[in-house]
Amino acid sequence: MNIQELEKLYTPKKEYPKFKVGDTIRVNYKIKEGDKERIQGFEGIVIRIKNRGLNKMFTVRKESYGVGIERTFPYYSPNIDSIKLVKYGKVRRAKLYFLRQLKGKTAARKIKEIKPWEKEAHEKLKQETKSKKS
Amino acid sequence: MIGLIGKKLGMMRVFLNDGTAITVTAIKVEPNYVVQIKTVDRDGYNAIQVGSIPVKQSRFKKPMVGHFKKSNLTPLKYLKEFRVDDISNFTLGQELGVDVFNPGDLVDVVGRSKGRGFTGTMKRWDFGGFPKSHGHRYHRAVGSVGNRTDPGRVWKSKRMAGRHGNDTIRVQSLLVVDVLKDKGIVLVKGSVPGHKDGIVYIEKSHIAFRKKAQRKQSRLSYIPSNILRQEV
Repeated sequence: MNIQELEKLYTPKKEYPKFKVGDTIRVNYKIKEGDKERIQGFEGIVIRIKNRGLNKMFTVRKESYGVGIERTFPYYSPNIDSIKLVKYGKVRRAKLYFLRQLKGKTAARKIKEIKPWEKEAHEKLKQETKSKKS
Repeated sequence: MIGLIGKKLGMMRVFLNDGTAITVTAIKVEPNYVVQIKTVDRDGYNAIQVGSIPVKQSRFKKPMVGHFKKSNLTPLKYLKEFRVDDISNFTLGQELGVDVFNPGDLVDVVGRSKGRGFTGTMKRWDFGGFPKSHGHRYHRAVGSVGNRTDPGRVWKSKRMAGRHGNDTIRVQSLLVVDVLKDKGIVLVKGSVPGHKDGIVYIEKSHIAFRKKAQRKQSRLSYIPSNILRQEV
């Protein structure tokens, strides 16, 4: 038994929608204030996903009042109440650090939005091109 | 105090119910056996000798094979003596598992730290060094090592460059976060000396009776019951 297998034992089960870099998601995060607990949403573009087993992390970037805000969440944190997929986005990079230099519409234009009804056709096309290549 | 021989598996993180994550070290404990029991009458003190990880008999000389024969065991690679107050609970050849420890206990872990070779004073003794720029041409060297004619020599034990690491190190009063009995794994809060697969000795803490250790234990007592773990 190695440490990766052991990690699986301590990995909480999470049922989030599958999201990728470039998608816009809303993370509902639990916040404790004294004894009270409330849920705060954070909506933005996923700019990075780091897959390290139990240490899986993702970073969400949003712009509010012209200021960019980034927040990194541990994927398996019990403090994440839920994640909602808002928009599918198509990007050509695994890490979207270049968005930090861009603002507003110029940044938005770098990500091609895929509407939910186009999603299936898009996936199909992707798989076809993949099989053609191989 | 009663202890076991184990192998450091590596470090990971464990989430608690309230969302905090704590760093733990996983230690794998193969079955341990009581090889010898020392008594006050014969040896002047009470202790048990514990062994682990079987090896071929041909690896040992005859006197050692005879030593294992006394307790009807196959030769074991690692041996370690642990002092105990009461030896009546132990019999020769008895198997000891991770259930010696319970979640919430305080343990000491003894291991051999990673060897760092010949290192300078900054790494070995945390010396500050000298500025890197602004015309300095003297950066990481020791500096002055003493005075002039009085005393006219360098003091003994002056901290200088030399071999660093590869020492036996005991980390005291670490919390046992979880014990997986069927897998033979102990999770300990914090770090443990040595590299992965290094041999470590886990022992019931020698300083657990101290007030400071007891305060620590009660402060951390919420951890073992709040771990997020799938049912085994």
